[in-house]
Amino acid sequence: MNALTLLGLLPLLGALLVSVIPNDQVIRIKQAALATTLLVALSAILMWFNFDAANTSYQFVQVAEWIPSFGINYAVGVDGLSLVLILLSVLLTPIVVLAGWNESEGGRWSAKVFYILILVLETMMIGVFAATDVFLFYVFFEAMLIPVYFLIGGYGSGERAAAAVKFLLYSLFGGLLMLASIIGLFVISSKNGGATFDITKLSEMHNYMSSTTQNLLFLGFFIAFAIKAPVWPLHTWLPDAAASATPGTSVLLLGVLDKVGTFGMIRFCLSLFPDASKTFTPIILVFAVISIVYGAFLAIGARDIKRLIAYTSISHFGFITMGIFAMTTQGHSGATLYMFNHGFSTAALFLVAGWMISRRKSSTIADFGGLQRVTPVMAWSFFIAGMSSLALPGLSSFVSEFLVLVGTFTRYPVAAVIATFGIVLAALYILIPVQKALHGPTTPGNENLADLNLREKIAIGPVLAVIIALGFYPAPLLNVINPASAHVIESQGFSDPLPSEGAGK
Amino acid sequence: MNPYNYLYVAGLLFTIGAIGVVVRRNAIVVFMCIELMLNAANLTLVTFARINGTLEGQVTAFFTMVVAACEVVVGLAIIVTIYRSRRSASIDDASLLKR
Amino acid sequence: MVTSNSLVYLIALPLLGATILLLAGRRADKWGHILATLMSASSFAVGLYQLSAMLGRSTEERAISQKLFSWINVASFQVDAGLLLDQLSICFVLLITGVGTLIHVYSISYMAHDENRRRFFAYLNLFVAAMLLLVLGDSYLNLYVGWEGVGLASYLLIGFWNQKPAYATASKKAFVMNRIGDMGLSFAIMIAFATLGTVSFVGVKEASHNASQTALTAIGIMLLVAATGKSAQFPLQAWLGDAMAGPTPVSALIHAATMVTAGVYLIVRSNFIFDAAPTAQLLVVIVGAITLLFGALVGTAKDDIKKALAASTMSQIGYMVLGAGLGPAGYAFAIMHLLTHGFFKAGMFLGAGSVMHGMNDTVDMRKYGALRKFMPITFVTFGLGYLAIIGVPPFAGFYSKDLIIETAFNAGGAKGIILGGAALLGAAITAFYMSRVMILTFTSPQRWDEDAHPHESPILMWLPMAILAIGSVTSGFLFARGDALAHWLQPVFGEHGAEHSEEHLFSPIVVSAMALVAVAIGVAIAVIKYQLSEVAATAPENVSIFTRIARKDLLQDSFNEAVFMRPGQALTRVLVKGDDVVIDGAVRGIGRTALGAGSALRTSQTGFARSYAALILIGAIALIAGIWVVTQ
Repeated sequence: MNALTLLGLLPLLGALLVSVIPNDQVIRIKQAALATTLLVALSAILMWFNFDAANTSYQFVQVAEWIPSFGINYAVGVDGLSLVLILLSVLLTPIVVLAGWNESEGGRWSAKVFYILILVLETMMIGVFAATDVFLFYVFFEAMLIPVYFLIGGYGSGERAAAAVKFLLYSLFGGLLMLASIIGLFVISSKNGGATFDITKLSEMHNYMSSTTQNLLFLGFFIAFAIKAPVWPLHTWLPDAAASATPGTSVLLLGVLDKVGTFGMIRFCLSLFPDASKTFTPIILVFAVISIVYGAFLAIGARDIKRLIAYTSISHFGFITMGIFAMTTQGHSGATLYMFNHGFSTAALFLVAGWMISRRKSSTIADFGGLQRVTPVMAWSFFIAGMSSLALPGLSSFVSEFLVLVGTFTRYPVAAVIATFGIVLAALYILIPVQKALHGPTTPGNENLADLNLREKIAIGPVLAVIIALGFYPAPLLNVINPASAHVIESQGFSDPLPSEGAGK
Repeated sequence: MNPYNYLYVAGLLFTIGAIGVVVRRNAIVVFMCIELMLNAANLTLVTFARINGTLEGQVTAFFTMVVAACEVVVGLAIIVTIYRSRRSASIDDASLLKR
Repeated sequence: MVTSNSLVYLIALPLLGATILLLAGRRADKWGHILATLMSASSFAVGLYQLSAMLGRSTEERAISQKLFSWINVASFQVDAGLLLDQLSICFVLLITGVGTLIHVYSISYMAHDENRRRFFAYLNLFVAAMLLLVLGDSYLNLYVGWEGVGLASYLLIGFWNQKPAYATASKKAFVMNRIGDMGLSFAIMIAFATLGTVSFVGVKEASHNASQTALTAIGIMLLVAATGKSAQFPLQAWLGDAMAGPTPVSALIHAATMVTAGVYLIVRSNFIFDAAPTAQLLVVIVGAITLLFGALVGTAKDDIKKALAASTMSQIGYMVLGAGLGPAGYAFAIMHLLTHGFFKAGMFLGAGSVMHGMNDTVDMRKYGALRKFMPITFVTFGLGYLAIIGVPPFAGFYSKDLIIETAFNAGGAKGIILGGAALLGAAITAFYMSRVMILTFTSPQRWDEDAHPHESPILMWLPMAILAIGSVTSGFLFARGDALAHWLQPVFGEHGAEHSEEHLFSPIVVSAMALVAVAIGVAIAVIKYQLSEVAATAPENVSIFTRIARKDLLQDSFNEAVFMRPGQALTRVLVKGDDVVIDGAVRGIGRTALGAGSALRTSQTGFARSYAALILIGAIALIAGIWVVTQ
């Protein structure tokens, strides 16, 4: 059996296993879920070792007929881009399971349902990145909403139902636009050489489209992805969803699910509609830059720590979008690496914030204070995660953020210059909560908060280790990403701008 | 005879039936008007079958009759039930659908 | 270039120390400070070994490099984690590890009663590692890592006692203002890559020969922005005074001797850019001249001994930046002043720490007085540093500052006269405010509170002070004798280095004489004002508007608050509100519209079967009519 399909099925098998464990054996359920996710993570790492980075075509490919009358196939395969994102998903899932060991309590349903939802979601995440058939991608893209909807609405806090519905409606709206575009693609493909949903074949179709058609179809995809990513002004679902979901769900939501948006921009918007991408690039860059600055300002003004992290993510997604549409190898590699790094730094922030909130029973930043003295390990974890979020050199986000900025600067200097102001704002939106929550005198009521326990340390340790290690040595990921990025840039008919002076003269 | 005359009759029947449905209150009468409309449609089907010299129209007319018969069974049963519980066969009295 | 594989130990040793201390936690409380000091000292030893090895090679082969691994490698953007040790960086390496080790030793005693001493030493080691990376990195991007690394260490150390909200705010302020400078460095690197295609020092140097002046000027200005942030130069100077919230050894090491001089290093290291970009160079001297006067003026009004010294640091770095902006003639002198300043300012800060140690952590100089009798060693070491900074021959500052003033005068034309005049005026003011510090603290009548029991500090504290005092006395002479340092550094600056300005506005003797007269005037005013007349134990309130402005740091904070902070906060509030009302409001509005439309249309569902039938009929007729009209 194909390795990729097997990887995708593993979590489903785990879910099956969890479902037969009796409801009252909660520990067994958790252990089974953790074991499954760890196994999946290990398998994915094995796959990474067997991946041929130099080869830019899809690997671990499997194609099987699904609905032949419409030319729909079950087709999966990975290139550098999707491999990195699959790695991100499967590495974060066990951490989420371990970190949120008690998250299922206080939910509407049992712990069993919670872990089944998580495991099903993991399958969907692998599927959505691995799909090389546009229809299959769409199915995963939409089906993914179901477990997340129930995770937010069933296990969240506060106005969880409202947030879940908002999330669902926003995503469905984008999904429907995308469906319309997919049908459009299908019609065009069936008129020109046979109905197909194969991404490689569809990427030839832009030759048969009028520019209006291409622009419209592009917009259908792009709006769906811009909602997912989220790009200003389609972002307002994110803070609500992130603030209501459990920390673990938020990690998967911001860390992985939102990446489907930026992944889709590269995989579908660019490769299916190269001319439309060029047409819309200036506008998209404007939106990306607005996202960067706007998200940062909102984060500075945020009072709730979960909303703050959500807003910083909007800023970071602005960077990723900018890197994608800058159309340079540096921008692209930087954006892809950024997706991975953002996943980890946001995971760290959210997990620690979640622990802080569960101890203090409040998510208002002003309620914390002086935690550095009471709970040093927790405070340090938050601090390192925050430093990664503000892209401190030596931590992973710096490499990606700088690549995005440099890559954008060579083609669109103005956008890069404005975006660079974001790094000052980043210092503010991280240091303000650090000062309020970790420094200062210990706020009354916080004197006896417990520091991280062993399980929590084991959960956060690897995340911080990855953040630091990739900051100093990003090569293992860059080696996988670079050929894929170069391939995209090349197939778009772009080449990196040469130095404007110096060597050439 | 000019077959189109049948169509005029059918149109007349349909109009009478439609007006009846809208104007009359008594459920039985409304019901009969519906039957009138159905039969107008049947007449049209048969006529077109004749004009075109094919059988499909006649076959469809049979289907319509069967459906109409079923409808009569169910419909009359409902009307009788309503009449029993409310002592009235006026369809305006039965506006419970609103809620 | 000669390659080596031992450079990495310079950085790795203190980094290892920091890692161990941070990971070990409280378990390391007993031995943490010793380990950290040892790590710093062994790094110093490696530095000395590298110096001796360097002296053993011929001039052309003195610079050595080490490539650790390929760091960021994306298409044409190739950056190695590489180190470069040349004549310039070895000066810094020895300053950082040497002064750093002394300050580690000093801190063992100074921080002995702090329960978090281990954490303090971890930060110190982290700082040393980052600072070494800053000066050893072989490309602008590597330098950037060290650059922000020292910013982080500085943030952690300023906020070491962050349980006090004011201190936490000071550390945040320092980090954010530094980030503004860092943004300049980012821009410089981006422009360098976009125009020259490389970010390594060697590559940029080669490419700069063929580059246009526009590009080089842009890079130069951005580097200057970076330097103003890190070195607390105008207009990004406001954080340094607040940074004194950190423990005094930190002020000595980071905010006097090493980190704040990184801007000077950056400018001198980028000499090939500034030499080819006169506009950027002019901006450098303007910034330097403004800051040296700014800092000096602020220094005259401060009663807090540490803030007075901080203002002095700002001013002295202004001299260095001025020297660095004067081009090939000034680079070596800027570095010389940087090194001598490292000795005497670190020594004086440690002296201030020693005074605070003996005076229950009081920092108000108006509560001092007559400490000469109680703290003889501190008095002598501080006094030697004092003589060095005001530039009395033959102490260190005399040589280095004099050379900068002289070079400034020789810059030619009106520019030379203005710069030289500013430098000279600065020297006079320096003499005034440093004498003021000296008199208020040590020689004037005692004004302390009842409970103060001034006493001399233990040997672990005064020994480093004594060693630094020796440096303050001798270093200037050693560096200046036969232009030793200038010759040593010359290969770094290329063929320009030897070029001395031929036309002298004033001969060196005249400049020295003028400088000494200026110093004498400054000292005299201070003596008259503070030694020979009564000093109030509390700062007088009814002072002139100028004094009040100077006490408020020439309104730097008021300016920043009015121009950046408050509009920024207002903008944040508007955006937060706008996001909720406008954008999310629009989204919620769509939802409400759908709901409203539903309930409005609901009323049409009357429940009357006949009205439904009528609607169906009307609809059917309308449909048929429509089709008829369309197909007609």
